[in-house]
Amino acid sequence: MTAITKKKRHSRETVQDRILDTAFYLIVGIFMIVCLYPVWFTIVASVSSSAAVNSGRMLLLPVGFQLKGYTFVFSDTRILTGYTNTIMYTVSGTLLGLSCSLAAGYALSRKDLPGRNLIMMLFVFTMYFGGGLIPTYLVTKSLGLINTRAVLIIRGCISVYNIILIRTFFQSNLPDEMHEAATIDGCGNMRFFLQFAIPLSKAIVAVIALYLAVGYWNSYYTALVYTTDSKLKPLQLYIREMLMQSNSTVDYEDPELASQYNQMMQGVKYAVIVAATLPVMCIYPFLQKYFVQGVMIGSVKG
Amino acid sequence: MKSQTAAAPAVVNRPPRWKNTLRMMKRNWVLYLLLLPAIIYIGTFNYAPMYGIQIAFRNFNFADGITGSKWVGLKWFKYFFNSSKCWMLIRNTLAISFYSMIAGFPIPILLALMLHNIPSQKFKRTAQTITYLPHFISLVVVVGMISCFTSINSGWVNTLIEALGGERVYLMGRPEYYRHLYVWSGVWQGAGWGSIIYMAALTGVPPELHEAATIDGASKLQRIRHIDIPAILPTITIMLIMRCGDIMSVGFDKSYLMMNDLNKDVSEVIATYTYQMGLLSGKYSYSTAISLFNNVINFVFLTVVNKFAKVVSGSSLW
Repeated sequence: MTAITKKKRHSRETVQDRILDTAFYLIVGIFMIVCLYPVWFTIVASVSSSAAVNSGRMLLLPVGFQLKGYTFVFSDTRILTGYTNTIMYTVSGTLLGLSCSLAAGYALSRKDLPGRNLIMMLFVFTMYFGGGLIPTYLVTKSLGLINTRAVLIIRGCISVYNIILIRTFFQSNLPDEMHEAATIDGCGNMRFFLQFAIPLSKAIVAVIALYLAVGYWNSYYTALVYTTDSKLKPLQLYIREMLMQSNSTVDYEDPELASQYNQMMQGVKYAVIVAATLPVMCIYPFLQKYFVQGVMIGSVKG
Repeated sequence: MKSQTAAAPAVVNRPPRWKNTLRMMKRNWVLYLLLLPAIIYIGTFNYAPMYGIQIAFRNFNFADGITGSKWVGLKWFKYFFNSSKCWMLIRNTLAISFYSMIAGFPIPILLALMLHNIPSQKFKRTAQTITYLPHFISLVVVVGMISCFTSINSGWVNTLIEALGGERVYLMGRPEYYRHLYVWSGVWQGAGWGSIIYMAALTGVPPELHEAATIDGASKLQRIRHIDIPAILPTITIMLIMRCGDIMSVGFDKSYLMMNDLNKDVSEVIATYTYQMGLLSGKYSYSTAISLFNNVINFVFLTVVNKFAKVVSGSSLW
């Protein structure tokens, strides 16, 4: 008797659970579409005829396939300069930031380092309080870094958040005994760091490299504040100018010509957006398992 | 007597603490070397500027330098509070910040709870990859996309509005839509990424808890309510505290990108104003005073909320 009621109750709850599951699939599915569609639309719009895009005929697949937008984008020397600059800043900034943060994170993870808590405290304090725009600008200026490539590479290479991630990772993945054993065998600190600590930490290296690279690729603020020389501009700053520029309508006598110009610029905008975003889009899915791990490390209070 | 002699060598053998520390420092000098680049960076770009904060109380000019410029006390602060812009800036900053928090804070939590409870691993992984995607798009591009989509003569949003019988509007130029565009594009960009931290906390829940609850006849909804939510509560608290510390800082980047002459009354925030006053108009001291005021409010707020959370829930940042 009791067994039957129990079974009955159980099956009823399964129905309830199943409804819940379906609801979850549905809501998450809708959210996925919301996330993906604008990006998909932009990609498809960049290869469709502007007339089709503007009239709303293009919804899912390209209509009136063309590559005019891309021809325009890749024949614009400013954009090519921007591309080259961005690649340069991203590669050198990521390498610089990666080596400095790994070194600092490793040193701070060592319990036998006198003063490490004080240094950590001083680092963390800067996450919550800073000098502000102008004092920072004045320091940068006094170092002669205004309008140099150096400032675009150096700024942003160290983030306290990254250092905390690395420190926590080393603390929980490199047992103290390992370092002790190595020391007894005559292995110095530097060699231990380079030969043992780094090779054992591929996950954290991947996470930090991804964070840094995306940060550099997408940043425009540093360039906006610290540079005026157009030869130094990164891609994002050009895109910003380009998107702003065509908002101010060009004066054409002939309204027909004006509308044609607007339509062309619209296509170019979609193309430039895709060109600037595609590299990152292609890389991050492969590193997904690492950056999820990275956030997990970060959520462990260390 | 005997015990005294036994104790004596022990005292001799144990060097004073500072000597021990010194020995450790000597032995680990390489570690300081490894730390040096980071210390130089933080020293230069985070601590050195703090010295320059004093120009908020001076009439700064380049000829006299930071310490040589005339001391004017609270002049710039008074100037700011008496200016017509002051309350508008504070209002705009707070409005966007609160709206972002109310809209943006719960969604990643709900998303994580749903994702975590989806049975199909394959679906879950795909969903994660796709919802993280917007996070990797730069703000320049996101704002570019908004402006393309809402463009008055060619955006699909207006095509849709017209098809539904409405009239074409220049959405980005209308102050009444500005906050919605700002906040919801932010939710679009950040919800998936924001859910990772809660997913991480949820993976830490021992599966036995769920199994035991299922055997006892708990439904999925009950399990979410009584197992999952308590498990992520500490994370929620920490995230909320951190969010509160930012209550007076609306990011410069996006506001500056979305700002235009038509929506200035609602889009101008403290960060963009300090940029405009400082770098574009050259009012260095004034700009520094405003950002100092902003910084102090944030810091005080963070400290208060942190204290409060510690007393109430036991979770805190420090």
